[in-house]
Amino acid sequence: MTERYVVAIDQGTTSTRCIVFDRRGRLVSVAQQEHKQYFPRPGWVEHDAAEIWRNVERLAPEALRQAGIDAGQVAAIGIANQRETTVLWDRRTGHPIGHAIVWQDTRTDDLVRELRRRPGAAVVEHDSALPMATYFSGPRISWMLDHRPGLRQRAERGEILFGTMETWLIWNLTGGLHVTDVTNASRTMLLDVHTLDWSPAALTFFGIPRAMLPQVRASIGGFDTARHAFPGVRIGAALGDQQAALFGQTCFAPGEAKCTYGTGSFLLLNTGDELVRSTHGLLSTVAYQIEGGPAAYALEGSIAITGSLVQWFRDQLELIASAPEIETLARTVTDNGGCYIVPAFSGLFAPHWRSEARGVIVGLTSYITKGHLARAVLEATAWQTREVVDAMNADSGLDLSTLRVDGGMTADNLLMQYVADVLDVPVVRPLAAETVSLGAAYAAGLAVDYWPDLEGLRQNWHRAAQWLPTMDPAARDREYRNWQRAVQRTFDWTRPS
Amino acid sequence: MPGTVQSIERAAAVLRLLAAGPGRLALGEIAHSLDLAKGTTHGILRTLQHVGFVDQDRASGHYGLGPAMRRLGTSQLDVNELRSFAINWADPLAARTGEAVRVGTVLAGQVLVVHHVFRPDDTFQTLEVGAHLPLHASALGKVLLAYRAAGAVPAAHLDRFTRRTILAPRTLAAELQRVRGAGWAADVEEMTPGNAAIAAPIRAHGGLVVGAVGIDGLVERVCDSRYRPHQQLVAFVRDAARSISRELGGLREAA
Repeated sequence: MTERYVVAIDQGTTSTRCIVFDRRGRLVSVAQQEHKQYFPRPGWVEHDAAEIWRNVERLAPEALRQAGIDAGQVAAIGIANQRETTVLWDRRTGHPIGHAIVWQDTRTDDLVRELRRRPGAAVVEHDSALPMATYFSGPRISWMLDHRPGLRQRAERGEILFGTMETWLIWNLTGGLHVTDVTNASRTMLLDVHTLDWSPAALTFFGIPRAMLPQVRASIGGFDTARHAFPGVRIGAALGDQQAALFGQTCFAPGEAKCTYGTGSFLLLNTGDELVRSTHGLLSTVAYQIEGGPAAYALEGSIAITGSLVQWFRDQLELIASAPEIETLARTVTDNGGCYIVPAFSGLFAPHWRSEARGVIVGLTSYITKGHLARAVLEATAWQTREVVDAMNADSGLDLSTLRVDGGMTADNLLMQYVADVLDVPVVRPLAAETVSLGAAYAAGLAVDYWPDLEGLRQNWHRAAQWLPTMDPAARDREYRNWQRAVQRTFDWTRPS
Repeated sequence: MPGTVQSIERAAAVLRLLAAGPGRLALGEIAHSLDLAKGTTHGILRTLQHVGFVDQDRASGHYGLGPAMRRLGTSQLDVNELRSFAINWADPLAARTGEAVRVGTVLAGQVLVVHHVFRPDDTFQTLEVGAHLPLHASALGKVLLAYRAAGAVPAAHLDRFTRRTILAPRTLAAELQRVRGAGWAADVEEMTPGNAAIAAPIRAHGGLVVGAVGIDGLVERVCDSRYRPHQQLVAFVRDAARSISRELGGLREAA
C-alpha cells in the first residue's frame, strides 16, 4: 500500500506555504513564498491576488517534490487563510478587480464612522455578532463598489464576484466553484451567525448585491475536487487562520482555549454550539462546522501589539540586536523595578477598544535600567493576555483551566513563565509548532476519513513544554492593579481634531 | 611555514582601520586608505558583515565594527537566540525519536541547558531550561569538550556519577578523539544509571561549534542489547544538528 498524506495551504499575510503532513500529524515538507505588500497611502495595505494564486501553483509541485510524493498520494487539501482580506474579480475572465484590500487596511475609517450612525446598524451588529469596525470585509466591499465607476451595476448583473482569500483559492483550484467557508464568512459582517447564511438585512445595509457573494459551506466537508495545482485531489476543508490554529491545538471541547503569540496575539476560546455574545469587548465567531453538523462557536480576543513591541524595542530603541535577546536582557534584573509599558501604539484592542489611547511608559525613576524596560516589554504581553482571559471567563462563565500556546514568542521561557504566573493556570506548548497549517490538515483529513474522528486527532497532540504558575497571589494582585492603573493612563491621549 | 593568505591579511587591515577611529567609514575611504580596489574592498566588507564583525549603517551606508567583534572571546551566540534557532528542529527530533530533546552550551565549566522538549508521551515532566550538566559525563558535554566550544576544557578532577563515568583524563581524551572522528557523542549510564544519551554539534559561521543538541532516555530504548546507541537514533540527532547549523550559517551545502 502506498503511504498517503494531507497537504495544507497556509495563505498568510506575508507569505503562502504548502505543507505536507503524514498520518501522525508530522511535518514532511514545506515550500514557502512571500508575496509583495503594497502600501499606496498611509493606512492602506494591499495584496495582488493573482500573484498569490501563481505562488500556490508554483508551491504545490515544489512541496510534493520535496516530500518525494505525487498528487495521487495526497488524500486531501486543507486551506487556512488570512481573514477579512477582500478580493473582487471578474466572473468571466477570472482576473482580480484591482488589488485585494488586506485586513490591516483602515481606509474604511470614515465610512465605518458614518455607517455606525445609519439606521439598521444595530441589527447588522446583532446578526453578525460583530461590532462595526474597519477590521471586517463588509465595509470594504461597500467601499470598493463606491470607488470604481460602474462596478456596482456590474456586480448586480452578476459579473463581479467577491471572496475572502479561501474563496479566491477554491475558485482557482476548482476552475470556477464560488464558495466560502463559514468561519471566513463570519468575519464579513454579512453573515447571520444564527442561520449561517447571508443576512438580507446586512446586504441591504451595506448595499451589496447578493449575486456577488459566494455560497456559504461548512468548513469541513464540501469543496469539490481540485483541477489545478493539485489535480484530482479533494479539497477537504477551509478555515480562517486563527480558527485553524484552534483546531490544530485540538481545542474541540467548550472551555478549551489557545493563544497564538506573533506580531499581535489571538486568543480563541471554544464555546461549543452556543454563540456567546460578549459584553466585555470580545468578538463572537464561528470556530468550525463539520458538514451536516452544528457550528462550533468561539470567543476571540485580539491583542494588537505583542511581538511587535519586541521588534520596536529592537529596531526603534536599538537596545537589543535580535528579538530573542530581549530575554537575556530581561534576565539581568529580577523584576520590573516599578516600570510598566502599555503598547497602545494605535489604540487598544480587546477588551478596551479605545482607538484614542496611545502608549505609555510609567514608573520611570533613575533606578530603571534597560533590563527593567525589557521586563516591562515582556510583561505587557502577559498582562494583555490576562485582560482577555478575564473578559472570556466573565462572558462565557467557563473558567479557563489551561492555556495552549503557539507562535514564535513561545520560544521565550521568561515570557511563558510570566503568562502562567499572571493567569494562575498552566501554560502548555504542543510538540507541533505549526498549528495553523496543522489545523487545516486535520480538518481536511477528517473530511475524507484519513483520520477517523476528533478523538483520533487528540491522540496526535503531545506536550512539548509546560510552565506552571509559581507567583505569590499577593504579588500577582499588586502587579495587576499597577498594570490596570498604567492602562488607564493611555486613555484619551489623542483628541479629535 | 606555509604561505600567508592575502585576503585574511587585508581583512585584518580593514578591521584595524575601523577600530582605530571613532566614526564610521565609507567604502571609498576604506579602499583608498588601504590602497585596494573598491571591488576587492567591498567583497572583504561583505564577508566581514556576514560573520558579524562589521556592520553597515542603514541610512549612510558607512561601515563600522559589528556587535560580534565586541563580543569576541566572550560568547559566540546569545543563548536565547540559540534556542530560537533550535526550536523548529528540536520538536521534530522529539517526534521522530520519541525521546526528550535538550540543547546545551557551555557556561562556567558546565553544560547549560538552553532548550528542553518533553518526551512526547504526555507524562508529567518538568522543564529543565537553565539546569546544569557535567561536561565529561553527558553526551552534550562531550560534544562541547571535543570541539572546545567556548574554550571548554575538562576539569582537573573528574567527578564520579555512576560506575560507568569516565574518571581518567587519558580515557576521556581518547573518547573525545573518537567523538571528533565520528561527529557525535554518547553517554551510556555515565551520568544516571538506566539512562543513555546521544548528542551532535551545532555549528555557526565558519564551522565554529556553539552548542550541542541531543536526546536522552531509558538505556533499553536508546541502545541495543550490547549497549551501543541505535544507529537510526544517531542519524536523527545528527540530521537535527545539521539543520540547526544550516540556519546559523555554519554549514556549507557540500557538507
